[in-house]
Amino acid sequence: MSNSTEHPIHFKRLQREESASFDRSTLDYIHRASSTGLYEIRGLGAKRKLPHFDDLVFLTASLSRYPLEGYREKCSTRTVLGTRFAKKPVVLDTPITIAGMSFGALSANVKEALGKAATAMGTTTTTGDGGMTSEERQSSKTLVYQCLPSRYGFNPDDVRRADAIEIVLGQGAKPGGGGMLLGQKVNPRVAQMRTLPQGVDQRSASRHPDWTGPDDLTIKIQELRELTDWEKPIYVKVGATRVYNDVKLAVHAGADVVVVDGMQGGTAATQTCFIEHAGIPTLAAVRQAVAALQDLDMIGKVQLIVSGGIRSGADVAKALALGADAVAIGQGVLMALGCNRDSYQQGGQTHSAEADYTALGTQAGYCHHCHTGKCPVGVTTQDAILEQRLEPDNGAKHVKNYLKTLTMELTTLARACGKQDVHHLEPEDLVALTVEAAAMAKVPLAGTQWIPGHNLG
Amino acid sequence: MENLTFDLSRQSVRELNQHLHGSPESLAGQHVEVLHPDGAHNIAVGINAPVSVTIKGHAGYYAAGMNKFADVTIEGSASTGVAENMMSGKVHVKGFASNGAGASAHGGLLVIDGDAGLRCGISLKGGDIVVGGSVGSFSGFMAQAGRMVICGNAGDALGDSLYEAVIYVKGEIKSLGADAQLEPLTEADTTALADLLAKAGLAHAPTDFKRVASARSLYHWNADADQDY
Repeated sequence: MSNSTEHPIHFKRLQREESASFDRSTLDYIHRASSTGLYEIRGLGAKRKLPHFDDLVFLTASLSRYPLEGYREKCSTRTVLGTRFAKKPVVLDTPITIAGMSFGALSANVKEALGKAATAMGTTTTTGDGGMTSEERQSSKTLVYQCLPSRYGFNPDDVRRADAIEIVLGQGAKPGGGGMLLGQKVNPRVAQMRTLPQGVDQRSASRHPDWTGPDDLTIKIQELRELTDWEKPIYVKVGATRVYNDVKLAVHAGADVVVVDGMQGGTAATQTCFIEHAGIPTLAAVRQAVAALQDLDMIGKVQLIVSGGIRSGADVAKALALGADAVAIGQGVLMALGCNRDSYQQGGQTHSAEADYTALGTQAGYCHHCHTGKCPVGVTTQDAILEQRLEPDNGAKHVKNYLKTLTMELTTLARACGKQDVHHLEPEDLVALTVEAAAMAKVPLAGTQWIPGHNLG
Repeated sequence: MENLTFDLSRQSVRELNQHLHGSPESLAGQHVEVLHPDGAHNIAVGINAPVSVTIKGHAGYYAAGMNKFADVTIEGSASTGVAENMMSGKVHVKGFASNGAGASAHGGLLVIDGDAGLRCGISLKGGDIVVGGSVGSFSGFMAQAGRMVICGNAGDALGDSLYEAVIYVKGEIKSLGADAQLEPLTEADTTALADLLAKAGLAHAPTDFKRVASARSLYHWNADADQDY
């Protein structure tokens, strides 16, 4: 008789069947939670697969439409933001802007590099939850100044020397949550700018201190307009959740520009449960925002900036085709600076960063340790030694190249669609590869005329 | 001293503010009277000059918001966010103040003769606030630096999540917020109180006040965790 504890060979796989509900990453999550008694905090954005711009493709020109010559014929990328009330709207040479990221999350060198790159490309960069540094003001021709719930470092002199004001209600990575900067990054300069004790684990407010609700926001916007003598565009930034209603309310409150940040948007530090489980994908957010502007007859009057996981010129082109006037990029720009690269350039030499990734328990390609302040490539750090790994001029060159590549890809696709202006791209230029993307972007599934939820007789 | 009058029943807040944003040299020493404010919002926001302004009545939201250098007196009451984000100078409300008075003020002195509403001194960043009456709940919420003097009573959750700001209360405190604690009054406190009360023109004995400050237990994440985030 056979031994009853031994299983026949063909049952062996069954003994190692992975649970879909309790898979290895869920087990890691539970084991980590039970060890620490504290939620996981990390940087960057959602890691899980989501419906995204990759799920759309362009129907470029053929016989039914004429393409433009790719290298010869003009294709305008000029973009104007803030035409509704501001006396001095922001005029950009490319619709690709740099998203708000704080000095504190990023080093002063990085802020300087971003300003230089944006200036060279004729676009804007944006401050963050920590005030305006002199480095970024000096290096940025056109600088957007954020007004956040924390009001860290917020002051009227910087409002006056900004080119536009962005009132931040939320962020795609953590809509409904405040900022976070762990003590490792609160060095003397960051602490001084934010009026905080050095080394404190800073948790910003999630609500503005002096207004609640859309009616108050109307008056707050008027205050900023009065303060700037109605010169500067006022943006309102929302994390993508109830986008249709929030955009309508922002427009009603008097915004010149609405910024919608989808759930793939990044952060320097927040709870993982926020990053992965709050907000809606950027793809869905764009169309809801556009629908709100259409309903209010505000297309072309209030501009829409879309952000959250935009990586390539194709992503930009798709966002514009769906109705965005411009995009903002955060994480992609950091990656252009070297985030998740295995080496960094310092003093004209290339140095390996692998040992420093290993010390963080990760490796290039997987790193999300912005929150630790120990960025191996000197981007998301306040450490005096690490921050030297990102040299402003070298960083600026990389970001400029990246934005230039994206702009060229954008015009390549626009010309192939027969457009002399990238803003002429339209939803009809797109089809979806998945039912989900078709439903969210409200474009037909490829090869069909079917938009789920539409044309329901 | 040069005097100038803006009558908001005939002129706009925009005209008034545009005047107040003139060159600091031309505004220095000037006195501006604002008639018939009738609760208009954003009166005298963003002043950047040592000018004096008297608002002859009630002001709406954000009166004297983000003030620098100016001395602004509101002879009536003020709505939400009076002197919000003030940097320097003085704002004096002779009546009552609504919610968020002095929110995120980095400097200067806000004096409220009457009561203040909810969240007075929220996110205070270095300014001083003296309230002759009582304050509503959540006053001093997340206040980072600066001083608040409350001559009446305080509502619920006073000083919740305080950083380094200090709150002095003469009357009853309905409840303290998370991480706020009562501390003994030191000589430095009574000196500071005497100075602030004198500047506000209020006659109270400094030794009658209680000191509320941060226990600093929220400065670092969950001390029981291994901090291995």
